[in-house]
Amino acid sequence: MPRPVRSPALSVEFDLVRRLQIGWPASGVRRGCRPCDGYGPLGRCSIDGSQITNIVALLGLGFLLASAAPQFRRALPFAWEHPLGLAGLVLLVVGNWLGLYYAPQERFMGDVGRILYVHVPAAWLTMVCFTLAFLFALGFMFTNRRGLDSAMEAASEVGVMEGALLLLLGAIFARPTWGVWWSWDPRLTSSAVMMLSFVGVLLLRGVVQDFDRRATWSSIAAIFAGVNVPVTYYSVKWWRSMHQVQSETVAGSTIDDGMRWVLYFNTYAFLFLTVWFLARRWRIAETRAQAAMPEPLPQATT
Amino acid sequence: MLLGPNGSGKSTLIRCLGTALRPHHGTVHLGGHNLWEERAALRSRIAYLGHQPHLYDDLSGPENLSVWARLGGYTPDIPALLARVGLDPDRRDPVRTFSAGMRRRLALARILLKSPNLVLLDEPFTALDPAGRLLLMEVIRSLQDSGATLLMATHHPSVARQVCGSALILDAGKVVYSGAIDGMPESVMGAS
Amino acid sequence: MLRQTLHMLGKEMLTEWRQRARISGVFWFAFAIVLMVAFATPNSAVLPQVAGGTLWLGLLLASTRSLDQSYAVELEHGAMEGLMLWPVDPIAIYYGKALANTLVLVLVAFALLPLVIAIFDAPVVGNPLNLIVIVLLGCMALAAPGTLYGLITSQARGSSVLLPLLLFPLVVPAVLAAANATTKVFEGDPMEQVPSWLALLTAFDIIFWSLSGIAYGKLLED
Repeated sequence: MPRPVRSPALSVEFDLVRRLQIGWPASGVRRGCRPCDGYGPLGRCSIDGSQITNIVALLGLGFLLASAAPQFRRALPFAWEHPLGLAGLVLLVVGNWLGLYYAPQERFMGDVGRILYVHVPAAWLTMVCFTLAFLFALGFMFTNRRGLDSAMEAASEVGVMEGALLLLLGAIFARPTWGVWWSWDPRLTSSAVMMLSFVGVLLLRGVVQDFDRRATWSSIAAIFAGVNVPVTYYSVKWWRSMHQVQSETVAGSTIDDGMRWVLYFNTYAFLFLTVWFLARRWRIAETRAQAAMPEPLPQATT
Repeated sequence: MLLGPNGSGKSTLIRCLGTALRPHHGTVHLGGHNLWEERAALRSRIAYLGHQPHLYDDLSGPENLSVWARLGGYTPDIPALLARVGLDPDRRDPVRTFSAGMRRRLALARILLKSPNLVLLDEPFTALDPAGRLLLMEVIRSLQDSGATLLMATHHPSVARQVCGSALILDAGKVVYSGAIDGMPESVMGAS
Repeated sequence: MLRQTLHMLGKEMLTEWRQRARISGVFWFAFAIVLMVAFATPNSAVLPQVAGGTLWLGLLLASTRSLDQSYAVELEHGAMEGLMLWPVDPIAIYYGKALANTLVLVLVAFALLPLVIAIFDAPVVGNPLNLIVIVLLGCMALAAPGTLYGLITSQARGSSVLLPLLLFPLVVPAVLAAANATTKVFEGDPMEQVPSWLALLTAFDIIFWSLSGIAYGKLLED
């Protein structure tokens, strides 16, 4: 059988400039469909990882958008977040397999670089959660709606959980690559400050019993804590940092295609799971708030 | 006057009317104005004397009044005001050394810095000796003569009826009586 | 509002003066921390390098004591509630208190500075006038968010833990800038870094002195 023409998407000739960019230099080992040029174990390879990721994203985000409509939620025989949570779990398992075995080795870091497939989504989702907490806190200050206070509590707590995972994965990654578990470089310092700020918000909520006070005080604290999110994100640009700069920007990406779709696959897994955690935690907060709120007195007749 | 057993909500109601507490349900209107929404402007017209005297322990009586007067933009005759509530205008000791009754008199002097339309008193006779109670009644009458409306939460209805024309009785957060004092249940009057 | 701010500042200064024994306690607390750092550093050759950081560590920890005391005065007989119910602009209350807290910290800082220089054997190679500016800006940076959070934590349980936990992450940029700038003044500044640290401190001050004033009114009501 004649050897098929190589698809440009699977070409091994990578842009030299891209290879030298800070970020993830493309691996010299070409992947797309393993183990060879356009062929997989089932013969001619028809699986395109990035297409799968796009389909997953469309389905999941579409479901999430649809869940915003009360009619859609009422039509479901179960809580709207459960399908997303289940999908997230399945995607996470598949995504971990992809990251650990399927994705190409990183050019300089080798197999150590595989932790990036969970470290980066954890970082992104931590910042998303803290940004949501900031927005919910702002919303509560302007509208005084109890639901927003519960949402802020949920976002802070889930963000702290993801942030702890982020710092742990980062430490595990830093040890073989930088030689240290931790350093006081701007990205790590600002991440630690961001985490501590939100831990403070949660502690404050824990010690204040009165609902109005707790909501107002923790909203103010969350707004100030949320200022740390852009500082953390741009710390690698604003100051000299050991940590690499952003690989995925509006201007373009410095990640090889064969690696990028695995990263996004895991990111959607994290996203759907985070949405599930946020929704469940919001329900718990709402139930507690409702139980604590006194019933309105009956209307006076005079 | 506002009557009711312990825990019936008298202090809570007074604090809501004094804008110290935001009600979760319902609204309060004072002279056609929504009390909570326009509280910044209305607070200068409301005098609230609660359980706390709102004083600074390290400052003397005249200094306390002077501080509160300057903050509120008032220019009172402080020695006269202190004399009116039965305190020595020349006493320079810090409030920390005052007895509970003296603190209550100073707290009364503090609310007299304002020219209020609404006077809210939460159990004002607490810690006052008989002379202090007479003095308080006199001050209340003079406030009423200048046009202020009084709401007083008390456990002493027989004393309060001398300055109050109507009564509101609360029980477990609900109004159980609202009307003239003469129409009040005898059991309430007898309990004092 | 300016008049009310000045009256509030006057009230704060009067009560601080009456409690000057407690204010000196704040200084001794900061001094004790500075001494402990010196004792806990086995290699005394390193001491001059950590002088700047230790000064600001001592000030940071002392600021929580000072803020706690400033609000304890208000809460003793409900004066804080009295302020809320009085026809006073909450922003004036905030700026009066924050200015007073700044002055207390500046006094403690200037008392601590010669002691740190002596104990840590810090050479003052750079311009000493820069130290005055750093102390002023740094104390403002500690006082602004501290006055805001002090209002919250003084009324909550566990305030001794809560105030440092809420305040410290927030003031990290200011403490970094102040400590670095102080160290550069002590050791010499061949790369002219002090102006950029001062710029960071100034930006921090502007942001927090304006934002905190706006937030204070909301916090006071609740």
